[in-house]
Amino acid sequence: MTELPSINGAASGPAYDYDRLVFEDRVHRVLYTDPRIFDAEMTRIFGAVWVYLGHESQIPQVNDFVTTRLGRRPIILVRDSDGVLRALYNRCTHRGSTVCRETRGSAKSFQCGYHGWTFLNSGKLNGVPWPDGYADNFSDEKFNLAQVPRVDSYRGFVFGTLNLDAPALVDYLGGVAGPLDEWLDRHPGGKVALCEANRLKFKGNWKLLYDNSADGYHVVFSHRSLLAMENRFEPDSDKGMAFYRSSPDSAPMYVRCFANGHHFKDKRPNVEDRPGALWDIEGPHPGMEHFEASLRQRLGDRADRALDLASSEPVNINVFPNLHILGNHVQVSTPVAVDETDTTWYGTAVVDDDGALEGTVDAINALRMRTQESFPNFGEVDDLANFEQIQVGFLAEEDEWVYMHRGLGIPGRLKVDDEGAITGPPTDEVFMREHMKVWKRLMTAEPRIAITRTV
Amino acid sequence: MDAPDPSTSSYYVSDDFYAGLVDEFSGWQTPERAISDAALRESCARFLALEARLLDQDRFDDWLALFAPECVYWVPGTRDGDPRREIAIAFDDRRRLEDRIFRLNTGEAWSQRPGSRTTRMVSNIELFSTGDPEIVMARSNFLTVEFRAGATRIWAGWAGHRLRDATTHWRILVKQVNLIDYDQNLRNPSIVL
Repeated sequence: MTELPSINGAASGPAYDYDRLVFEDRVHRVLYTDPRIFDAEMTRIFGAVWVYLGHESQIPQVNDFVTTRLGRRPIILVRDSDGVLRALYNRCTHRGSTVCRETRGSAKSFQCGYHGWTFLNSGKLNGVPWPDGYADNFSDEKFNLAQVPRVDSYRGFVFGTLNLDAPALVDYLGGVAGPLDEWLDRHPGGKVALCEANRLKFKGNWKLLYDNSADGYHVVFSHRSLLAMENRFEPDSDKGMAFYRSSPDSAPMYVRCFANGHHFKDKRPNVEDRPGALWDIEGPHPGMEHFEASLRQRLGDRADRALDLASSEPVNINVFPNLHILGNHVQVSTPVAVDETDTTWYGTAVVDDDGALEGTVDAINALRMRTQESFPNFGEVDDLANFEQIQVGFLAEEDEWVYMHRGLGIPGRLKVDDEGAITGPPTDEVFMREHMKVWKRLMTAEPRIAITRTV
Repeated sequence: MDAPDPSTSSYYVSDDFYAGLVDEFSGWQTPERAISDAALRESCARFLALEARLLDQDRFDDWLALFAPECVYWVPGTRDGDPRREIAIAFDDRRRLEDRIFRLNTGEAWSQRPGSRTTRMVSNIELFSTGDPEIVMARSNFLTVEFRAGATRIWAGWAGHRLRDATTHWRILVKQVNLIDYDQNLRNPSIVL
């Protein structure tokens, strides 16, 4: 049984007439600055769509858990004692304290530190101290932990939604599942394992990150220092993101926009389609020469494929509103406040259960950890500094508009396929226009948001 | 054949090197290994103060010169992790450390334009011996106050330095920087710690 909240942030009227804030070529600055809009987003966006919560490889065993957030809601993502994936609200039903204060672990139950109420990892209330002092029947499910009513996994990626009317997860993902499949299938067994992360934060609105996530226009400017660094030994060489340098508008890469605000920037067409091509454009990394020599000695001709697994996959797969697959990273963005966002770049490791890599998986991962540290250290920090400066620029109240019209109105620039996916040049801002349409639709809808306590 | 130049290639960061590193940075702060030699301690304290000052003065190339050719600058993102299996906040070999400084020197690293101003306090220095008489391990606490873009904030933690050539001049083999908030989301971690 689900429980509809008596005060539903999404059921109260919108804070603004969004027709006056979101136009095809531009949006208003208050989308990024007004705490009332941010509060509404936490239910109308983060409550209404499937939100990425975590990866199954973080909780491989029964009773494993990680703490996470759905929007701002504190969540325990757990594989319960029966093996069921659950997203429990980390909030004691008694007085509201969190019941789990660790970031990860294994637990059959969670006990509130305040009055000692204890809950099984299914969310079911297991006991309260001195129950004789209550007239209640504690078998009533209203005392169980609240939980996200719909939790589902797509090939290891776990999502949850509070919206009873949301489509099935696979239908919500729609076309973006294709690039996600290809990204997974380049690995043995079609899977990866999440490992530790580069954890970053910026003082800016969460949408600034989403607006940047398929942006091929900023690269040669925002990441000028990284491009110079990657090619410092031979300034005309083609390492890293050098394929952006000459004329990215007409480069073979493209951006594709899917329904529901998802998009995909595919940079693979810039790179030759042969084993070893990805490795050939990697900039310098610690251990590169040693591990390459060692893998070539052990694997011969098969070393190129192994080295490609240590290389960054040139894609950006963006799943609205908070998941980004780029390179080998699983990047998650989490809103903290209207002007503060956490963005966590989980590394991924290759898993070789079947021995397809002939015992070299540890060497590949030793390289892959270092290739993954490069962009967060030398690229993302500059993006986040730019996002923070946008938030500063937005303090100019009368200068209201944020333009996202690159490519708009130029005939023949975009192609729409039979499924409605829109494809354009990698520097086109069509992907922003598309997710802003979705944003506006969601902000003016009234999703049927609910929790459940049924175990 | 000459040994390859670690500024332009990375042959020394091998599986054996990683294994040694993990071993060297495990269980080293023991009473049996504590060094009480006052002169050595004073010499090391002066070296760590010099290192902090060079960074505070943005003298990055001079700071780089304090490192041995085959070196590591390591900011772990885990406690007791193995860098072969885990992402670090930073794990720089010689070449990547030079990359890091090169990038800062381009003037186009927006996260450091304007650049941060820092004041570093280094204290609680303790020295520990290793199996090699020419190599010592130093543990120190640090408190780095950073001012940038109108705001002042603090980085805190402890550093483990693996140092060579104590009798002549100090060289850094490994600098491991252990932030107290290593597992949290960090805003603009673009300064050298």
